[in-house]
Amino acid sequence: MTALLAERVSKRYGEVVALDEISLEVRRGECLALIGESGSGKTTLLRCFNRLTEPDGGRVVVDGRDAATLDPYELRRRTGYVPQDGGLLPHWRVRRNVALVPWLRREGDAAEAADRALRLVGLEPDRFGGSWPRELSGGQRQRVAVARALAARPVVVLLDEPFGALDAITRADLQTTFLTLRRELALTAVLVTHDLAEAFLLADRIGVLRAGRLEQVAPPAELRAAPATPYVEELLTRARVGR
Amino acid sequence: MSGATLLVLLALQASDVDPVVVASKPFGESYVLAEMFAQILEARGIAVDRRPGLGATEIAFRAIRTGAADVYPEYTGTGLLAILGEEPHREPAKVFDRVSREFRRRWDARWLPPLGFENTYAIAVRRETAERHRLATLSDLARSAPSLRAGLTPDFIGRPDGLPGLARAYGVRFAQVRALLPAVKYQALAAGEVDVIDGYSTDGLIARYDLVVLEDDRRFFPPYQAAALVSGRLAARRPAAVAALTELSGRLDEAMMRRLNRRLEVDREPVGRVAGDALAELGLTASTGAAPEAAERPGGESLPRYLWDRRAELLGMVRRHLLLVALSLAAAVAVALPLGLVLERLSWGAEPVVRAAGILQTLPGIALLAFMIPLLGIGVVPAVVALFLYSLYPILRNTYTGVRDAAPDAVAAGRALGMTPRQILGHIRLPLAAPVIMAGIRTAAVINVGTATLAAFIGAGGLGDPIAAGLALSDTRMILSGAIPAALLALGVDGALGAVERVVRPGG
Repeated sequence: MTALLAERVSKRYGEVVALDEISLEVRRGECLALIGESGSGKTTLLRCFNRLTEPDGGRVVVDGRDAATLDPYELRRRTGYVPQDGGLLPHWRVRRNVALVPWLRREGDAAEAADRALRLVGLEPDRFGGSWPRELSGGQRQRVAVARALAARPVVVLLDEPFGALDAITRADLQTTFLTLRRELALTAVLVTHDLAEAFLLADRIGVLRAGRLEQVAPPAELRAAPATPYVEELLTRARVGR
Repeated sequence: MSGATLLVLLALQASDVDPVVVASKPFGESYVLAEMFAQILEARGIAVDRRPGLGATEIAFRAIRTGAADVYPEYTGTGLLAILGEEPHREPAKVFDRVSREFRRRWDARWLPPLGFENTYAIAVRRETAERHRLATLSDLARSAPSLRAGLTPDFIGRPDGLPGLARAYGVRFAQVRALLPAVKYQALAAGEVDVIDGYSTDGLIARYDLVVLEDDRRFFPPYQAAALVSGRLAARRPAAVAALTELSGRLDEAMMRRLNRRLEVDREPVGRVAGDALAELGLTASTGAAPEAAERPGGESLPRYLWDRRAELLGMVRRHLLLVALSLAAAVAVALPLGLVLERLSWGAEPVVRAAGILQTLPGIALLAFMIPLLGIGVVPAVVALFLYSLYPILRNTYTGVRDAAPDAVAAGRALGMTPRQILGHIRLPLAAPVIMAGIRTAAVINVGTATLAAFIGAGGLGDPIAAGLALSDTRMILSGAIPAALLALGVDGALGAVERVVRPGG
């Protein structure tokens, strides 16, 4: 079952080609990691899935329907999104932040949905629901951002380097939480990261992007065993050296 | 501007139509003469609206030309040189004929027959300077001028019958010439900052500062006559008013004028009493001391006492001041706030608009007010419009910048999670920009309270009235009686808006 599909998706910014006819499938219940250097197009591709970026060519299919025909606000409201910096609204308390999407979708039990989501990410609603974002640690804020992405029970969650700005220990904690959540909720997720170790840990398949092209898409074991291009091989070597 | 604001302004304007509007320029003699005009009109049963202390010749004359004011005291020489732009002339009667004809032809404005005294420029020095350099005449001055610093009114520096003519007639060349406003030149001379100033021959301040007037031994300065300058409208429609004003023609002489100016500028008597006594003395009104408030006021009265005695008057000015500030600020918020929000939505053109509002800020207050007279007359309306223009920039700049730069991470996340632009504006940008926007409104309000004191120069009233008059009469206490309440008002307005800011400040 296909959850997301990119068909020959292209995007240019002036002279710069950000995406060059990318075709990619994300299956239901799968976590796909997009990995690459800055400027490789991984974030641009991610943003095409909820129409934050409109492709110049090709098409994006979400849940069997052409994304271009969907209302962009509705599409975004049923797609979870976790930015790197959390992006919490500083003037809203934690519960209201997490309730954002249920509230946008005019669901009656937005606060309950928020509390459920907070419990999922390991934050006690009674203790944290009334806090201001600035009162939380970086790791807690990022947990709130994940909770916010999950509160409206989205079909797909998009994560843009969600743990990149955290210290190593906090990052490991959050990665564990994310793994547990994925399994419990059978989430479909697209995870943008520049950390190959994180991709190996969290993803079912890994897509390697370079200068707007897909070098290889494969499960971690296959990627490790049979790198398709010299670039992928180099990437693996560097990741091993770095360890 | 909202409809309600406009209605209030129109109502204020409409009440100004019926009475005869008597104006003056901001110096002692002009105040006395205008007050005499006003009192004789009132004695003849004609209602009067006093607009004393209009900014300068430019403003006062524009007010007459456009019918915003009906009469003010002017000098034929000023009419000839400053308004008609013609060469000076020695013969007072010829000058009068010339300005009468030209003013009537060009602007339908009338010079009533002269009041009777002549006035001309007087060059004055400190007594100590006169003694040290042995100065008695302008020829003596020419000899010592290279070691003396002059502080002259900008008007005098430019006029052909002023400094340029003086330099030609006597060969005067000063070590330094500084442009000083009439309000400060006497103090500057007394403090030794300059050595020579220009004044008027009938000036009371010359006596107050114990100055020596140098004799015009080559008879360079042409003598000019003072007269009532009347709008065409008044001349055509209000013959009774013109007749009442004409009763003063030929009745004042130089000695009397000097005495009246002295009472106002040296003895600091209220202008109403000085003018009232003069009219009684001339037999034009029934009795002396018509004003019961004329109880003796010792000159050494303390400032708190002075303020307390004038509390009713001051309260009225505070109210008028608040009205000017409130109307202009409300209009500026109503325009600049939505405009700032619209500009933030535009991808281009925002900066030029904000900068254009910034350029408005740099226009000199008096100039802006003068430009507005042909369009809006004098009084509250042009003052409110000018203050409105001055308030735009801080509000616009802070709204635009505040909304544009508000929490970019939160804005990006809101968008990614499906908030519409309107929701992002209403729930993220605007609440987070609120403190910045309020800071802009507070800045505008405080500037506005200060700038509103300039409104006095176009007859809009408020706390600028005692400041302008006090500056003209060199009366510190009078200046403070406007400046202190204005400062308190600025603090009060800022405090009140601070309370509003605490309410609109977002949590977190």
